[in-house]
Amino acid sequence: MGTREPSLALDETNNAFVRFDRVQKSYDGESLVVKDLNLDIPKGEFLTMLGPSGSGKTTCLMMLAGFETATHGEILLDGVSINNIPPHKRGIGMVFQNYALFPHMTVAENLSFPLEVRNMGKSEREAKVKRALDMVEMGDFGGRRPAQLSGGQQQRIALARALVFEPELVLMDEPLGALDKQLREKMQFEITRLAHNLGITVVYVTHDQTEALTMSDRVAVFNDGVIQQLARPDMLYERPDNSFVAQFIGENNTLEGTVKSLTDDTAVVELDGGLQLQCEPINVDNVGQRTRVSVRPERAELNLNNLSQDACTLTGTVQEFIYMGDIFRTRISVAGCDDFIIKTPNSPNQKRLSPGQNVKFGLNKKDCRALDP
Amino acid sequence: MEVADGTPLKKSLARSLRKEKLRALALIAPLLIFVLVTFVLPIGTMLTRSIDNSIVEEILPRTVLALEDWNEKGDELPNEMVFRSFVEDFQDAIADKNHTKIGSRLNYEVSGMSSLFRKSARKVKKWDLTDNAPIKQKLIEVNKAWGDVETWAVIKTHSVALTNGYFLNAVDMQRTPFGAQAQPENKQVLVKLFIRTLKMSLIITGMCILLGYPVAWLLANLSNRTSNLLLILVLLPFWTSLLVRTSAWKVMLQNQGVINDLLVWIGLITDDSRLEIINNQFGTIVAMTHILLPFMILPMYSVMKTIPPSYLRAAKSLGATNWTAFWRVYFPQSVPGIGAGSILVFILAIGYYITPEIVGGTDGIFISNRIAYHISSSLNWGLASALGAILLGVVLILYWVYDKIVGIDNVKLG
Repeated sequence: MGTREPSLALDETNNAFVRFDRVQKSYDGESLVVKDLNLDIPKGEFLTMLGPSGSGKTTCLMMLAGFETATHGEILLDGVSINNIPPHKRGIGMVFQNYALFPHMTVAENLSFPLEVRNMGKSEREAKVKRALDMVEMGDFGGRRPAQLSGGQQQRIALARALVFEPELVLMDEPLGALDKQLREKMQFEITRLAHNLGITVVYVTHDQTEALTMSDRVAVFNDGVIQQLARPDMLYERPDNSFVAQFIGENNTLEGTVKSLTDDTAVVELDGGLQLQCEPINVDNVGQRTRVSVRPERAELNLNNLSQDACTLTGTVQEFIYMGDIFRTRISVAGCDDFIIKTPNSPNQKRLSPGQNVKFGLNKKDCRALDP
Repeated sequence: MEVADGTPLKKSLARSLRKEKLRALALIAPLLIFVLVTFVLPIGTMLTRSIDNSIVEEILPRTVLALEDWNEKGDELPNEMVFRSFVEDFQDAIADKNHTKIGSRLNYEVSGMSSLFRKSARKVKKWDLTDNAPIKQKLIEVNKAWGDVETWAVIKTHSVALTNGYFLNAVDMQRTPFGAQAQPENKQVLVKLFIRTLKMSLIITGMCILLGYPVAWLLANLSNRTSNLLLILVLLPFWTSLLVRTSAWKVMLQNQGVINDLLVWIGLITDDSRLEIINNQFGTIVAMTHILLPFMILPMYSVMKTIPPSYLRAAKSLGATNWTAFWRVYFPQSVPGIGAGSILVFILAIGYYITPEIVGGTDGIFISNRIAYHISSSLNWGLASALGAILLGVVLILYWVYDKIVGIDNVKLG
């Protein structure tokens, strides 16, 4: 598998706070929803499980919470297997997709509930509820019913409820899915701030890659029941391990071709359009193998003077030029690919291209990643 | 506010909405007329019978007038004038063949009145009243009951056009010259019957809740395919005749029936100590619980279906045991379903007729069976109407109480 980084099971010293050990899950006894999951989460980390729907990420979360049982394998929390511990004894806080605030209780009663079932005294409960409400800036809303709150407010209460009993691990299942864009961005910031201030470990499930990139310490990209890549957000974006990750995270240009020659640090790929391109060999093993070369749109260089030694120069035809305010987005047909996108910042001396025009641009070797076909 | 051409905004709005309103009215008109003609009207006329008593005044107009001056509380017979007016009225009634009607009307109050009128009629019919001869003695000779103050007191007491007599009868009291009084002990059955009806309806409602709740919960939490199949099983009884189902219980529960035979066969009871489980309250409760169960399950199911499973999960993730999660989080949200089902079952039960009639025996019958008896056997429609009106009143009061306690907005029927 080329120069793939040892991304799974980061920590071999066995002090992971949460550990999935060879976990498999099947619902119907015929197919696996989660296939051989190994994942270590250190204490205090904000880990996001990202993937399309049906990729197994929510199932993993539910197994960790105790609502689904693993078909095979073990889940350990702080070194102890929790496979046979019922959900209410796991002490894991959870924020649900639709908040699941109890509609027949007031906000304060909702927050008080986890404390009551722990037989906490009344005055202590009230103090904790108040502190939790203040923490999410909802101090005045204790007497309201959930139905009387806006979506963003309900979200804050759900967060406060998951935190009020001071769990060390908090799970969040697409908690921001129902909010509008602006509110979502605000809450993303709030949640990460709270998580870091409180020092809690967070496992966050989402299908929104921006959310995953902006909030997480590490992101596990799920597809087809398997973690495709587990890495820091910047690594994930800049150094995707395979075509799925490259496609799923951010915008991506794919150029298809065949490997012409292969050394340890360079793969020469002959693109289907006939051009040859020097690439980083990531997921290619043999000469003659089909490959997809992944290039981020903002890495195509229109100013050929900025290119490094190992760069290749391509010529394409502008199909479309879109003015987007802060950036220009140019669609080019090049090397058999009709929708090669180039993003350039809107700076005073930036060229504005027009359709039909031929354009020359360069790709540095480190920005071209030869991945699996 | 005005619209562009100067007409007031309100008027303009009303005009633009008028067409829609008319259309809506036209759409519901057929049903409205149907309900008026087939429901409101018959029930209304039926209820007026519970206070309507014009029959005495119509058939014996002169007697009623003449009796006005007579003191029904004393022990003196009415005077000659009253007797003469009565015989005149009586002869007219005989000619119109109305005398049996008045006889049976008064027979509701004092038994024997019907035969008194019928027997006397044969003789009084031929009397010639033109000779002004004294009538009083002559009538008393026909039947000495006419010489009884009580006979005349009954006629006078029940001569008012609008009477509370039927309602008094319905609550085991009677209208007497001395005001409302309790019926003699041996005739006091109706209040007991009302209380039994309420009590048994409550027991049946409770049984339906206990048996229906787990089923509804199961239905709401299974996959759609399985729950649809089970729902059909729940609805299956609806497609079988009520009479068949009730008769089936008769077969099951009777002395030589399936259940007793089975218990004898496995040796739990001996052959000569077979259980009495039919023709009593037990039989009625069992059969009616079975018959009314779907009415409890369906509203509960439709409410439970709307409670997302994430609530229970949330409660558990917050540290609640299965029982606490159910009791503190799920149950309160399912209460509207229980409320709707209870109202439905209770109101249906309180007016149930066929099942108690067949499996109830004597101590398992309901007030409705008594109403049916007065409608079709004793033909005392006034009393039947009064009983019906009281039943309606009780239901409305309970409904009101329920609204105060639970809140009718909390009731979801689907």
